[in-house]
Amino acid sequence: MSGEVIPVSGGDLATVPATETEIRKFTINFGPQHPAAHGVLRLILELDGEVVERVDPHVGLLHRGTEKLMEYRPYQQTIPYFDRLDYVAPMNQEHAYVLAIEKLLGVEVPYRAQLIRVLYSEIGRILNHLLNVTTQAMDVGALTPPLWGFEQREKLMVFYERASGARLHANYFRVGGVRQDLPPALIADIDAWCDIFPKALGEIDTLITGNRIFKQRNVDIGVVSKQEALAWGFSGVMVRGSGIAWDLRRNQPYECYNELEFDIPLGVNGDCYDRYLCRMEEMRQSLRIMKQCCERLQKTPGPVLIEDNKIGAPRRGEMKRSMEALIHHFKLFTEGYRTPPGEVYASVEAPKGEFGVFLVSDGSNKPYKCKIRAPGFAHLQAMDWMNRGHMLADVSAILGSLDIVFGEVDR
Amino acid sequence: MSWPVSAVDLQGLGQAMVANSAGALSGAHVAYDELCLTAPLPRIVEALIFLRDHPDYRFEVMIDLTAVDYPEREKRFDVVYHLLSMSKNLRVRVKLVTDEDTPVPTATPAFPNANWYEREAFDMYGVFFEGHPDLRRILTDYGFHGHPLRKDFPMSGYVELRYDDELKRVVYEPIKMTEWRNWDFLSPWEGAERGFAALPGDEKAEPKA
Repeated sequence: MSGEVIPVSGGDLATVPATETEIRKFTINFGPQHPAAHGVLRLILELDGEVVERVDPHVGLLHRGTEKLMEYRPYQQTIPYFDRLDYVAPMNQEHAYVLAIEKLLGVEVPYRAQLIRVLYSEIGRILNHLLNVTTQAMDVGALTPPLWGFEQREKLMVFYERASGARLHANYFRVGGVRQDLPPALIADIDAWCDIFPKALGEIDTLITGNRIFKQRNVDIGVVSKQEALAWGFSGVMVRGSGIAWDLRRNQPYECYNELEFDIPLGVNGDCYDRYLCRMEEMRQSLRIMKQCCERLQKTPGPVLIEDNKIGAPRRGEMKRSMEALIHHFKLFTEGYRTPPGEVYASVEAPKGEFGVFLVSDGSNKPYKCKIRAPGFAHLQAMDWMNRGHMLADVSAILGSLDIVFGEVDR
Repeated sequence: MSWPVSAVDLQGLGQAMVANSAGALSGAHVAYDELCLTAPLPRIVEALIFLRDHPDYRFEVMIDLTAVDYPEREKRFDVVYHLLSMSKNLRVRVKLVTDEDTPVPTATPAFPNANWYEREAFDMYGVFFEGHPDLRRILTDYGFHGHPLRKDFPMSGYVELRYDDELKRVVYEPIKMTEWRNWDFLSPWEGAERGFAALPGDEKAEPKA
């Protein structure tokens, strides 16, 4: 509380007593447990009437020391930590991390593994946008969209499960590929889902996009100009919503994004509503990418993990027959592999924005330092200036459109 | 510029940056196809503004800021800035060295979003940033002691917390944890490697001084 005082003005002068009444700014505590806080966020809001004057976000309530823990474990064992960052789209995080290690080791990923990674990254994108778009609608008062969206998310999580064995914390990506190949039936099912999902997405679309209340609550709220988006280190939908054509999948392509066809939707006004529209369109584009991946996967059989057993684990069947494979397996799962000393930065276009990993290696089998660059951290920082001058009720709308997940903000 | 930029181009670019910066950048090298610049500590803000505003580079986005701890060095911390140029499609890393006492000039005048990143580096490593508008802890708990990402801070920490039913609140206590075993994977066949202590008996292989 600042204790700043503002004298009352206006009113009928005749009734105002000689000494003016002094009012104080109202300070309220939003969270840490609040349904619109999208996790554990504590906001100290300073209000003048119902107008927000200052926002002080207190983060770190979900801080688990991921970066510290990683310094004490071999590379292989640190991959699961990335599922637990942005737990809405787990595999996208793993992707950035394995790309960083692959950069250090100089490993080439087989083509089929690249396709699988892209396929599951796009599934992650749809998982994320479905959650964000529908809960944003919930933040401004609509209850049906989340229910419809979660029905589809459930199906996607089953695809996660059928590939990796886990619905959420997949631990599926490996340095040099992915854990195991996808069965043909799974590829066919994902392909079939891509055909039915547009209908479900269209239903959500008709429910929200033209909705009068949704528009009242989101249009012209939380406007971000191009300059502001750059100055505050935004990425992903937060810059595209403001009309900056920037997508790492196109501008700094990794894996096989170069040869896939998709468009990048851009916003015009940079408000909450444009960001919502961008996310809706991105889901449709992700579907296009998934369709192309499924088609290629059905045509191109091949290895999904690097054949070098110093880095990629030998297959279980091999281990029954080959002593060599058994030794490799033992060495890999006790000691792991060593990376050459050096520093690398690898990033992917995660659903929320640029997710980067800055990895420092000292030549041992554990990361010397791993800094996780989470998009949500940069975006949440903007809460203060984005909310100034808005009404209290807009706080949750703006927070919803920032697309925050505390697993990655607090790390 | 087309992506990825080749190591040769990056090398040339780095040298041009150092030459144009009027001493605000002191060195450039390329490793793993990434350009890494070094800057002297007092002129870091100047270097960042130079990279941000120069028409050939236009690094208008600060992607990340962090520190790295090397406790065996006299100046133990590297402060690392990652910049991105969307208009030129380039990335660069800027590094400087500091110690526990020397404050680093804050980067907030050049990039407002350095605010939280510097708070995080201060929280995790205890690096001070001079002129920072609000250098509070950010990720650790209210009233936390120490800087957890320093190499001399144990992984298990010093305190653990539990809910005390009698006091009806959460209390901190010194940890009662079992030993954490840190495997070193030394192999007598491979010999001592970088970052590991020499194996006992290895000195016999060296010629006597």
